[in-house]
Amino acid sequence: MTEALVVVEDLHIHFGAARAVDGVNLAVMPGEVLALVGESGSGKTTLIRAIQGLTHPTSGKVLFEGKEADARHLPDVQMVFQDPTGALNPRRTVSEIVAEGLRIEKFKGNEAEAVSTALSRAGLRPPERFLRRFPHEISGGQRQRVVIAGAMVTEPRLLLADEPVASLDASIRGEILGLLRNLVDTTGLAVLVVTHDLGLAWNIADRVAVMYLGRIIEVGPTEELLDSPKHPYTKALLSVVPETRGMEQQILSGEIPDPKRIPSGCRFHPRCPVLQSGESERLGIAERCRGEDPAIISAAATREAACWAVKAIAVAG
Amino acid sequence: MNARFAIGKVAGALITLGFVLVFNFFLFRVVQTDPVATLFRGRNIPQERLDQLRAEFGLDKPLGGQFVDYLQQTAQLNLGLSYQSRQPVWNEIKSKIPATVALVGTSAVLSAVIGTALGVAAAWRRGTKTDYSITTSTMLFYSMPDFWLGMLLLVGGAIITGIFPVGGIIDAGSSRAGIGRLLDQAHHIALPALTLTLAYLGEYAIVARSSLLETMKEDYLVVARAKGLRDIKVRNRHALPNALLPVVTLSAINFGFVLSGAIAVETVFSWSGLGKATSDAIRGPDLPMLQGLFLLFSAAVILFNLIADLVYGRLDPRVRT
Ligand SMILES: Nc1ncnc2c1ncn2[C@@H]1O[C@H](COP(=O)(O)OP(=O)(O)OP(=O)(O)O)[C@@H](O)[C@H]1O
Ligand code: SF4
Ligand SMILES: [Mg+2]
Repeated sequence: MTEALVVVEDLHIHFGAARAVDGVNLAVMPGEVLALVGESGSGKTTLIRAIQGLTHPTSGKVLFEGKEADARHLPDVQMVFQDPTGALNPRRTVSEIVAEGLRIEKFKGNEAEAVSTALSRAGLRPPERFLRRFPHEISGGQRQRVVIAGAMVTEPRLLLADEPVASLDASIRGEILGLLRNLVDTTGLAVLVVTHDLGLAWNIADRVAVMYLGRIIEVGPTEELLDSPKHPYTKALLSVVPETRGMEQQILSGEIPDPKRIPSGCRFHPRCPVLQSGESERLGIAERCRGEDPAIISAAATREAACWAVKAIAVAG
Repeated sequence: MNARFAIGKVAGALITLGFVLVFNFFLFRVVQTDPVATLFRGRNIPQERLDQLRAEFGLDKPLGGQFVDYLQQTAQLNLGLSYQSRQPVWNEIKSKIPATVALVGTSAVLSAVIGTALGVAAAWRRGTKTDYSITTSTMLFYSMPDFWLGMLLLVGGAIITGIFPVGGIIDAGSSRAGIGRLLDQAHHIALPALTLTLAYLGEYAIVARSSLLETMKEDYLVVARAKGLRDIKVRNRHALPNALLPVVTLSAINFGFVLSGAIAVETVFSWSGLGKATSDAIRGPDLPMLQGLFLLFSAAVILFNLIADLVYGRLDPRVRT
């Protein structure tokens, strides 16, 4: 097995009583696209901000190629944001914006050339047409390409993308995702992409990790995980995606999850259809569902779900 | 900057100035029935002499003719004679400009610089004691009437302690020259300038603080931080230049009011500038003087608004197109 680019070890991030990230192990391999999915408030943004070094972990570690990042900043990691308009300083030209990463890192080479290359690679061709433009003078899709060019100009090894297409027109989402996939395939970049949208994960990810209330509850290769989800939460998420019309729709009942009051036992148990339907009783795990936290999925796991029912069935069958 | 943008702004300013000229003419024709009678109110003057004076002032002509005269004279800075001093209005005004520019100009610059710095400091340490004390103290001064603040400082700084002079621009009968004269003036300007500076600090502090807080939510600051830019540089390179745009506009507008002087504070400190001249002219009423002053004040405001627009267009690429 190749060495992981980034390893997150038993990461906890608390904001007062809110446990936004509550025990996460995760590895990102070089050259892969890993999608992080989960509903709003599950801690996805907090997790990737911690990987970038923007948020200080309450406990646990982020290792880059086996080394703990000493400073806050990992030069080989860059970010792409949901809203490109907000991510670009309105008073800077495209060339200044893209060059910023180089200037911060005191780049010794030819800056103008590096900027032009980054713009072309991000699909803004010919780059001269864009260099002196201001963000308000170009379209939303082009702005996101400028953000990507600004992130790629320093040739990072990992790109953290927080909902990179959520604020864009549906018609240009595919283009931007295609661009990301293309960068991965041509440069060996790894991408950790946060999304609400499982369809998007299906289109570009190699692996998927599902997050629920600050914890990763299922992980696996994209096709396997989306074709045969194991965790009841993943099943429920998938049942409402238009691409999976075959499935019976499950609308989750029970209280809205709150990171200030994470339930005991399995954190999903107040909303779990398996427990509610009596299935857990039949499997003899209902007690555990309510009282015992399933083990945290390890970073090395290729296919795993943090669920007592999944374990019971695996043992039985 | 876009030339069309600049030409449009200049044209707009000229049109506004034109309206002010027309308005200024008719306003004073409406309030004033017979200036000559006002001028010699209570005095026994023969009717022929009054008629002669009316002819001298051009008051016997029809309104249209008077308006043309007015435009011509205004263009030559001939603003008529002051009723009170019987001197040309423009000379009266000219002699008072330096005192007002010195006092109000100094305070405008000081309040802009210090107020903005305080607002920035408060925003940067929002929610802390620093923020709280800056916000409350500047708001306290801002909400006090300026003449009252002036009187408090006058009583404290001059009457009780005797550190500063009670009023005036320079010691009466002083024959000092050079540095000595300058120090004397500084001594006199200190209290009124402090009053005005304190009174206007709050506006800048509050605008700078809220604008910086707003800007600090922007994602491009996170982007810069994610790229490894240190916090202090993120603030200086990204947050401040954007956050201070409203402060630029605010200062330009306030500088437009520098010539209008500070009626109340100049009166409290017997500072013989345009503000005090205005209150004296109102008491007269000295209509030619008031007319001249209003024209000057409006022109200054229009000019500085134009400057604000042009500077803003220079600083913010989004408004140019
Ligand atoms: N700076 C903060 N201070 C306090 N609470 C925070 C902070 N940042 C995040 N949280 C809380 O942590 C939880 C996780 O938030 P996070 O933004 O990571 O979720 P998310 O999965 O990215 O959600 P979304 O899909 O809506 O972006 C939320 O309950 C949020 O309110
Ligand atoms: S552990 Fe129990 S409650 Fe949790 S998801 Fe599995 S079946 Fe549901
Ligand atoms: Mg988020």
